[in-house]
Amino acid sequence: MDVATKSNAIEADGLAKRYSDTVAVDGISFAIARGTITGLLGGNGAGKTTTIGMIIGLVAPSAGSVRVFGADMARDSYRVLGRINFESPYVDLPHRLTVRQNLTVFGMLYGVADIAARIAKLSADLDLGEFLDRQAGKLSAGQKTRVALAKALVNEPDLLVLDEPMASLDPDTADWIRGHLERYRAGKNATILLASHNMFEVERLCDRVIMMKRGKIVDDDAPERLIARYGRQNLEEVFLDVARGRARPALSAETAS
Amino acid sequence: MSAEALAFSPRRVGAMILRYWYLLRSSWPRLIELIYWPAVQMFMWGFLQLGVARQTGAVMAAASTFLAAFLLWDLLFRGQIGFSMSFMEEMWSRNLPNLMISPLRPVEFVIALMVMSVIRLAVGFVPVTILAIFFFGFNLWDLGLALVVFFANLFFTAWAVGMLCSGLVMRNGLGAEGLTWSMMFILLPLTCVYYPVTTLPLWVQPIAWALPPTAVFEGMRALVIDHVFRADLMLWALGLNLLWLAAGAASFVVLLGKAKQAGALIQTGE
Repeated sequence: MDVATKSNAIEADGLAKRYSDTVAVDGISFAIARGTITGLLGGNGAGKTTTIGMIIGLVAPSAGSVRVFGADMARDSYRVLGRINFESPYVDLPHRLTVRQNLTVFGMLYGVADIAARIAKLSADLDLGEFLDRQAGKLSAGQKTRVALAKALVNEPDLLVLDEPMASLDPDTADWIRGHLERYRAGKNATILLASHNMFEVERLCDRVIMMKRGKIVDDDAPERLIARYGRQNLEEVFLDVARGRARPALSAETAS
Repeated sequence: MSAEALAFSPRRVGAMILRYWYLLRSSWPRLIELIYWPAVQMFMWGFLQLGVARQTGAVMAAASTFLAAFLLWDLLFRGQIGFSMSFMEEMWSRNLPNLMISPLRPVEFVIALMVMSVIRLAVGFVPVTILAIFFFGFNLWDLGLALVVFFANLFFTAWAVGMLCSGLVMRNGLGAEGLTWSMMFILLPLTCVYYPVTTLPLWVQPIAWALPPTAVFEGMRALVIDHVFRADLMLWALGLNLLWLAAGAASFVVLLGKAKQAGALIQTGE
């Protein structure tokens, strides 16, 4: 295992995905350091979900490779799957199982030692107590999002991959969840990769932002540096500049290195 | 495939069985459905057998196998449906990606689906066999040890077809769901459930003998009509089933890989 692998949670090298005539991800390379929160930004069809799919082993790359904690996800994913978890609005939990039953099943799948204690902790952290014994399909959208996050945290993952995690949450709950994610990262030195369209959320949570457009990485920097380089007030304005193809300032020497 | 991919955990298999058991016990329509169709068809075939039994000679002998044939066919069909239904629950609830990014291995998933097919069948099949005793005086369990061999061979075929169907749905999405319900019916005329293999045209008979259930249904008729247990037929069925299971498992793994290539697992649906 080389030095880069030890310090990085994710390493993508020439990662590409082609669906017949469509290029979803076009040979991107990046590394994400352990213990950081990275935002993956881009408009619809930019390739974010496909990139995430390849990182967690759900999508096979057409070319290139992605390594998570040193394991090639196309060939050796089972070595590290127990250290990863994932939440996405495209994925649900079994509707007819209660929240507790769902967490029990996933706790067993991930080899959690004391599942009852883990559920109690998650219930306290994410305020699930009120609906722990209610069927997952009968919850409100916001409650479902919290339960999905609880499932994503059931194994205390070293890498947490979140696709639109705050969708459907009211501002108060979203803010509360953001605080929880920050504490989780700090407490466990976990790595979080976050795809989102909520620029405020990304600006607050992320140490770094990777911006994608038409399958390529078009910029990559800390949120405050991106805002400064583009001469904008906030990340949303930067996003619009990128999405609409306005002139982009050159990467700083520090970022390029 | 790495060594980690082949690691086996009974706890993960148990987790999946628990998941399906929670589902089954939470839904009375699912429980009723397990018994409803087998019961309706058992009555239909039972009354037909009673009617034809008033005939004499060969017709009566053939008719005496209708109920046993139906019950064994139902075991084959429901064994596959039980396997595939549990898999379909993951598609319907959009939970498959959660499972595929967990440490659950494909072999553990498949074993859990096999166990659930046995549990689901037991819930529906055992009460129907008891109804057959009560209404028609036909006790399938009288077949004794031979029944265990019949059951095992039919389950093996059901699981092989279940693995193929599940793999096709995984690769092609819910648009391929119809295959789950209909694929087994291609075996109904060819496996000679209700008539001897010799009934088929000569050129079709080799095809029939390449299907494991054909030997089971022939063996059942030998037992019911001639009171002879045909071990040769059961061994033939077992040998074929080993090939079918290997082909089913290979198709599941290959189609899982194709689904990953097509990006079909990231957003399961049609």
